[in-house]
Amino acid sequence: MDLNRTQEEERFCDEVRAWLAANLRDLNESQSYDQAENMDEWMAFLKRWQRKLYEAGWSGISWPREYGGRGASIIEELIFTEELARAKAPNLMNIGIGIELVGPAIIHHGTEAQKQRYLPKILSGEEIWSQGFSEPDAGSDLASLRTVAVEKDEQFFVTGQKVWTSWAEYSDYCILLARTDPSASKHKGISCFLVDMKSPGITIRPTVQITGEAEFSEVFFDNVCLPRESLLGGINEGWKVAMTILAHERGTSAIRYQIRFRRELDDLISLSKSTKREGRILSEDPLVKQKLAQCFIEVEVLKYNIYRSVSQIMRNGKPGSESSIVKLFWSEMDRRQKELGMEILGIYSQLVQHSKWTVDGGQWPRAFLWSRAGTIYAGSSEIQRNIIAERVLGLPKSTDAK
Amino acid sequence: MNFGFTEEQEMIRSQAAEFFRQEYPIALARELLNDEHGFNDVLWKKMAALGWCSLVFPEEYRGAGLTFVELTVLLEQMGRALVPGSFFSTVVLGGLIIQETATTEQKSNWLEAVAEGKLKATLAHIEPGGSSHFASVSSVIAERDAKGYVINGTKLFVPDAHVSDLIICTARTSSSSNSEEGISLFAIDRTNDGLNLTALKTMDQTRRVYEVTFDRLHVPADRMLGEIGSAWPVLEKVFTRATIGICAEMVGGAQKMLEMCVDYAKQRVQFGRPIGSFQAIQHKCADMLLFIESARSAVYAAACAASEDSKDTALLASVAKAYTNDACRFVAGEAIQVHGGMGFTWEHDAHLYFKRAKADEFSFGDTSYHRARVAELIGL
Repeated sequence: MDLNRTQEEERFCDEVRAWLAANLRDLNESQSYDQAENMDEWMAFLKRWQRKLYEAGWSGISWPREYGGRGASIIEELIFTEELARAKAPNLMNIGIGIELVGPAIIHHGTEAQKQRYLPKILSGEEIWSQGFSEPDAGSDLASLRTVAVEKDEQFFVTGQKVWTSWAEYSDYCILLARTDPSASKHKGISCFLVDMKSPGITIRPTVQITGEAEFSEVFFDNVCLPRESLLGGINEGWKVAMTILAHERGTSAIRYQIRFRRELDDLISLSKSTKREGRILSEDPLVKQKLAQCFIEVEVLKYNIYRSVSQIMRNGKPGSESSIVKLFWSEMDRRQKELGMEILGIYSQLVQHSKWTVDGGQWPRAFLWSRAGTIYAGSSEIQRNIIAERVLGLPKSTDAK
Repeated sequence: MNFGFTEEQEMIRSQAAEFFRQEYPIALARELLNDEHGFNDVLWKKMAALGWCSLVFPEEYRGAGLTFVELTVLLEQMGRALVPGSFFSTVVLGGLIIQETATTEQKSNWLEAVAEGKLKATLAHIEPGGSSHFASVSSVIAERDAKGYVINGTKLFVPDAHVSDLIICTARTSSSSNSEEGISLFAIDRTNDGLNLTALKTMDQTRRVYEVTFDRLHVPADRMLGEIGSAWPVLEKVFTRATIGICAEMVGGAQKMLEMCVDYAKQRVQFGRPIGSFQAIQHKCADMLLFIESARSAVYAAACAASEDSKDTALLASVAKAYTNDACRFVAGEAIQVHGGMGFTWEHDAHLYFKRAKADEFSFGDTSYHRARVAELIGL
C-alpha cells in the first residue's frame, strides 16, 4: 500500500506540468466560464484549447494508440486530470462529451468505418458531441424512454424529445438513444444512433437553469431521417452501448471536483482570515474553525476515496462499488461546503456577480446554486443509494416488491 | 501509486478474520462482560503464538519488522471481533513507547518480552480533570529521592491495568509555563507496593479501564524511560499512532455492524416483504457503507503516512479520527435502529458494538478536539 508516485509517474507528471506551464499562458483568453462574456466566446475558446492539446498529443490520452490516444494507464489519467485541474485549465469534458463517453462507445461498439469517420474529429475537437439520453418522462428511469426510431428502407425516422442535453446548440453530433422495438421489454427495444445535428427536423430549445444560464437544452426530433450507418452497435442493442457510456465513469474525473473543492476551501479560509464581523476576524471564531476543519476533513477523505477507487480499477480493470460511493460523497459534501460558504459570507452571500459590494465576484451564491445539481445528475443520490443497497450490499430489490 | 493491500497485507487480513471467527466468536466476547479482568488468556496466548505482538517491532528485538499498515490491518479485524484491550495497550501503547524511549538494555528486557507476548503493558496518562489535550499532566508528580523517584497521584481510564505486568505512566518532574515540558515517563511494575488499582464500571464492558493511584510509590532511576522532562514529543508520536489504531478498530466494528444490519434486513419480514426491500432501510444501509468506506480510506491514508513517518501523519490521524468518530456514531445508531426492538435488547449483539463505538469515540480525542487539531495544523 503506497500513496507515493513511482518514478515513472513523477516523470509523467513533470511532463504534463511543463507542457501546461508553457501553453496555458499562451492562450491569453478568459480561462473560466465566469470570465467569458458569453457562451459563444467560451465555446470558441474551448475548441482552441482542445486543438492545442490535440496537436501536442494530450487529447484522449487513455484511448488506445491505434485510435489516436497514448494508451495511458489509469494512474496517468488521474495525474493528467489532477494537473489540469490544479492549473485551472478548462477540462476537455466541457466540449461536449466526446472524449470520455462517445469515443469509448464508438471504440467498443462501432464499425471500422465509424471509428475512422468520428474518432479523429472527437480528439481534435473539430466535432463537438452532445448526449441525447434523458427525456421529460425518462430521467432516473432512462430505459423507459419514448423517443422512437422507425426503420424504413434502410433508414431510420426519429421522433421524440430529449432533455438536459448539454451544449446542444454547439454540438455537431449527438449520441442518441431511441426505441426501435416498442413491443420488446423496455431495455431490449432501444438502439443507439450517431446523429448529425444539422439534419432537418431538429429543433433546439435552451433550458434556463436556476443559476440563470442555459447550459442545457431540450432537443426535439420531428421525423428526422438517419442513414443506416448512423446506428451504433446492433439494432435493439442500444442499452449495451448506454451501459458502456454510463459505466465509463473511470473514477478519475472525480478528482477534478476534489481539486476544485480544495481550491474553494482555500478561498474560504482566505476569506475568513481577512473578514471581520462585529469587529472580530472570522477565522478566529472557534466555531468557524471547527466548520472549516470539517470541510478540510471531507475534502481529504474524498481524495483518498478517489485514490482507492482508481487503485481498484487498476487491479480489477473495472470500477467497483467505489464509483457510487465517490459520486455520492462528492455531491453531498459539495452541498455542505457551499452552505458553509454562504454561512461565512453571511448577508453578503446574497450578492451576485456584477453587483456592487459583491464578494469574490459572486462565486459563492453561484456555486451554492450549482451544488443543488450535483446530487441529481449522473445518477441522483437516491439512485446511488439504491445501487449501493441492491448491487453492493445485496439487499432485496424494492421495485420487485408489491 | 497503489492504494490497495499488498498480498502480504491481504493475507494478514484474511488470516486474522478467520482466526477470530474461529477462536473468538461473539459468545466469548459476551463471557468477558462479567469477567473481573476482561481478559482471555487462551486468546492472548494464541495471538502471541501467531507472532502478532511482534508485528511492528524490529527484528533485533524479536519483532517481525513490518510496518504500521500491517498493524492497522490487524487492528481492524480485532475491532470487528471486539477483541479485549490488552493487545492494544501492550503493543500500541506500551510497546511503541518502549521502542521510542528505552535504552538498549531496557528494550532487551521489555520489548523482546512484549514481542513474544510474555509481557503485557499499558499506559497510565489521563488525570482527573484531564481532557483530550494530552499534555495535561499536572497532579501526578515524580520527585527525586535517594534511590530514584517517588511518585504520587491518581491516573484514570488506564486500560487493562489489572492484567498488565508493566504500567508505564506519565508524571510531572518539573513545572513549566509550557505544559508540554517537564513530563517524564516511568515503567512501573504492577506489583509495586505503592500502586493501587480500582476497576471502573463502564458502559462498554468489552474492555476494562482502571483508576491507578500512586501512593509514595518508589521506582529506581533506571525505570525512567527516555530523557527527564522530555516525554511529550514521544507521547505525541505514540498518541498519533494510537489514534490511527483506534480508528482501525472502529472501522472493523462498524463493518460488522453493517453486515448484521444487512443480514437482518434480508430475513426480517414485515408487511409481506423483507424490510431490506424498503427504501428507508436500503438508504440507511447505503449511508452506513458510505461512511465506513470513507473512514477506511482516511484510516489507511493515515496508516501509510505513519508507516513512512511522514510529516503529514498528525494531520491525517486527526482527519481520520474526526471522520471515523462521526461515521461510527452514525453507523452504531443506525445499527440499533435497523434491528428495531431486537436492537434494544441485551441479548442481541448490537449494543456491544454500539457501546464499544462510543467508548472509542472518546479514546485519544473526540471529534471537536481533532477538528481543532486539523484547524491548527492547516494554519487556521
